[in-house]
Amino acid sequence: MSDDRAPAIRAEAIESLLIEKGLISAADIDAVVERYNDRTGPLNGARVVARAWRDPAFKRTLLDDGTKAIAQFAFEGGQTEKLVVVENTPNVHNVVVCTLCSCYPWAMLGLPPRWYKDPAYRSRIVREPRRVLEEFGVRLENDVQVRVWDSSAEVRYLVLPQQPADSDGKSEDELALRVTRDSMIGVEILR
Amino acid sequence: MTAPYELAGPAAPPMVNGELTFDAPWQGRVFGIACGLAEHGVFEWDTFRARLITEIGAFDRSPERDADATGLSTPHFHYYDHFLRALETLLAERLIIAPGELTQRIRAFVERPHGHDHHHDHDHDHA
Repeated sequence: MSDDRAPAIRAEAIESLLIEKGLISAADIDAVVERYNDRTGPLNGARVVARAWRDPAFKRTLLDDGTKAIAQFAFEGGQTEKLVVVENTPNVHNVVVCTLCSCYPWAMLGLPPRWYKDPAYRSRIVREPRRVLEEFGVRLENDVQVRVWDSSAEVRYLVLPQQPADSDGKSEDELALRVTRDSMIGVEILR
Repeated sequence: MTAPYELAGPAAPPMVNGELTFDAPWQGRVFGIACGLAEHGVFEWDTFRARLITEIGAFDRSPERDADATGLSTPHFHYYDHFLRALETLLAERLIIAPGELTQRIRAFVERPHGHDHHHDHDHDHA
């Protein structure tokens, strides 16, 4: 029990000395963890997307049976729900919501953003998807069909975004870094 | 210079569902300190990472681990204890925080008056 305290005090002492020396601020330290999680949370999903862009056979399997396709990645977190991956094309734009609560592909995307749980997003994206997408900065031509997917406890959806035009020939790791959380929810188009 | 994302391998921090997990707040602080200092160029992430791997490697070869490792979990392995030690030694080596300076500050914190964020008595035994 007493041992548990020692590292906490050592860490606090180090932090206070570094702050006094002007090498770091408390706000810097706070920001690191948040930024790390923002980036790593969706990284599993980003790797899946990057592989699908590079490997047409994997992409077919992924669209056919998402749960099975991601099994090979051995992600932790016990994705027991069914995963359905929906593909954006020049003619179809997909966007994901959970109208009842906040079902979300955690193992792929980490924690959901606050707006995903907001009643306004959950109701409006169904009623007026184009308008909500515009508020996210996504402008779609009139001939692009919008499909809204309602997640549930049993089925989680992940959007396979369109690959940015200038990213051909990049490695899977480089591509994964281009894929954002929002693009996999369907509220961003990658440029 | 940015700390890279260690998702696999010996230096990877404990994560669940792509999020860092901490058993206590200080673990998040030291993680933030090491990454923040690397971002500010105070040291290179790779140098820190090498220290961390050395610390973890030393534990892996210790009798403590052998006595302890059963199945998939090693109860006495605490990633952030090694992380903290790696940070302390690197800061001392780079003459950023001398060991004596750190000891002094720790003593000052331990002797803080009651009501501060720690337990009620000082008579605990340090095993």
